[in-house]
Amino acid sequence: MSTLTASAPSTGLTVRTVSKSFGRTTVLHDFDLEIRPGEMISLLGPSGCGKTTALRIIAGLESPDGGQVFLGDRDVVSVPTNRRDLGMVFQSYSLFPHLDVAANTAFGLGMRRVDAAERRTRTAEALRLVGLEAHAERYPHELSGGQQQRVALARALVTEPRLLLLDEPLSALDAKVRVQLRDQIRQIQLRLGITTVFVTHDQEEALAVSDRIAVMNEGRVEQFDTPERLYRTPATSAVAAFIGTSLRVPVTVRDNTALLFGLAVALQAPRADGEATVLVRPENVIVVQAEPNATVLSSSFLGATRRTLLRTDEGLELIMQHGAEQTLDAEQRVSVSVRPEPVLAV
Amino acid sequence: MAVTSPAPVAPAVPSGARPRRRTAGPSRPAPRTATAVITLSLIAAAFAIPLISMLEFSLRTADGHGLDHWIALFSPETAGRYSVIWTGLGNSLILALVTVAIVLLLLAPTMLLVTLRFPRLRRTMELLCLLPLSLPAIVLVVGLVPIYLGIGRSLGTGAWTLAFAYGVTVIPYAYRAIQSNIDAVDVVTLSEAARTLGAGWLSVVLRVLVPNLRRGLLAACLISVAVVLGEFTIASLLNRSTLQTALFVVNKQDPYAAVILSLLSLAFAYVLLVLIGRVGGPRRGPRRRRDRATS
Ligand SMILES: Nc1ncnc2c1ncn2[C@@H]1O[C@H](COP(=O)(O)OP(=O)(O)O)[C@@H](O)[C@H]1O
Ligand SMILES: [Mg+2]
Repeated sequence: MSTLTASAPSTGLTVRTVSKSFGRTTVLHDFDLEIRPGEMISLLGPSGCGKTTALRIIAGLESPDGGQVFLGDRDVVSVPTNRRDLGMVFQSYSLFPHLDVAANTAFGLGMRRVDAAERRTRTAEALRLVGLEAHAERYPHELSGGQQQRVALARALVTEPRLLLLDEPLSALDAKVRVQLRDQIRQIQLRLGITTVFVTHDQEEALAVSDRIAVMNEGRVEQFDTPERLYRTPATSAVAAFIGTSLRVPVTVRDNTALLFGLAVALQAPRADGEATVLVRPENVIVVQAEPNATVLSSSFLGATRRTLLRTDEGLELIMQHGAEQTLDAEQRVSVSVRPEPVLAV
Repeated sequence: MAVTSPAPVAPAVPSGARPRRRTAGPSRPAPRTATAVITLSLIAAAFAIPLISMLEFSLRTADGHGLDHWIALFSPETAGRYSVIWTGLGNSLILALVTVAIVLLLLAPTMLLVTLRFPRLRRTMELLCLLPLSLPAIVLVVGLVPIYLGIGRSLGTGAWTLAFAYGVTVIPYAYRAIQSNIDAVDVVTLSEAARTLGAGWLSVVLRVLVPNLRRGLLAACLISVAVVLGEFTIASLLNRSTLQTALFVVNKQDPYAAVILSLLSLAFAYVLLVLIGRVGGPRRGPRRRRDRATS
């Protein structure tokens, strides 16, 4: 008898040059994605960039105009949703209102003609996994939003699918529950080792749960990388703008280095000499011991860090994020510089 | 002086008129028990008085009251005289059945198909389905006569063929009943959830959609049965024998029998409603258990 423990038979997922239009609006074009077995990735992007459409194509709820979707090494584009062996949690509450929690959870097992005894044990186990074993006899309308989404997760996992798809499952919940549940989802995913695609428009959520993040913009994947590399070396300005905060600083480029506050900083990608704008993270802005070149406008305490607004003598406004122990007063004259991290020129 | 007396005046005040307000606490539109009781009594009277009068009428005999007419109706020697009623009733029941079948097997699946696969057609569908409301029965018949000539030639002139016409007349009511239920349930997400869990289309419909649309489907069936059992114009103009046309015929020969049969058909419809309501009611409504563990 199979049980819900580690090493569910996971599969890789490959999406190749998928395109999709609704009428005259092109929602996806040349959409590529390659996910390793057991990996959890996020599709991150602004609202309307095509995340849900991409997920629905992977699920088979929408058919692509072109391209392929491989589950393992099998092209599943023509396989109907109900035969793709996947689990999905939707943005809106999707529990069956006429069934109690146990029956909702057992639904997929019933479809697979699992016998009653095994159905009961596996259902109980899935509910224990999401911490709702005491609520098995409740009906969906008797549960909070967070509980409903946990049941939906149990329902999606109970069949041990090859692929788990989550379409903004937390967006209807309030902030505290959202953080708890996303951590719980990640723990369960790691424990089961199930290949997972998590759709979100919330960068913090994506950074918190993903092995890798595919940042989407206007129907394409702009960059697909680990959270850390996305943050440190964004490939495009859209990625830099979407993940964390970036300051735009005008510079002169020579020999693929930018001159920033008298410091030669390497560029991430080669670029012709001349005027350019580079993106700098607020935590890479620092104050050094030298001739003052800027004035502090304001400084606010954020707990572990402080955020200080500066204006350079050239009239450029900068945000500096620094440790709380370093105090700066308004009107104070300082010498501002940057850490020598490679920067992206746009 | 604070409270005006509830007034023995004007026993037949229309409920909406609210003739007397309490001078105290005007900010509180308290539920007025008196108004509620009067309204309900008036409504009950409006229903009961004709029924009681019919019952009284059917019990009249040459010398006071008795069961003579009721006994006559059911005694074997007069059975032949009223056979037209039984034929009509039989036809009406068959018609009700076929009409319900049209609603459940044609209208409901079409509506689901439009909701799930062709949402753009929804407006058109709505317009088409509500159209029969704006057509008086007479106008409908004028259009139906040539069609029924064709139907008569191909399918015969059996009374059941009226169900096609009735299907059209009940569509607006059945449509509203089903659509309001569809709107109240997220049909699209529920069926997509079921499909990702491995359900084929048949399972989606039978295991997920029908249970959640039960109330709407039931209401559609009830209203269809009610419309069919009460319909006279179309049946009469197309020369088919139904309960209503038979009642009309009998009424001319023997008004007592007609009244008794009307009463019986009302009782029958009532029993039918209660029965269907029972069968379709919440099967095992959400059992709220006293919870051992919460949170
Ligand atoms: N069924 C549809 N018909 C027409 N347009 C659609 C449909 N589904 C999505 N779209 C459009 O495709 C775009 C991307 O939608 P979606 O994939 O839901 O974005 P996201 O999930 O990233 O917010 C939007 O502009 C949306 O209006
Ligand atoms: Mg979306």
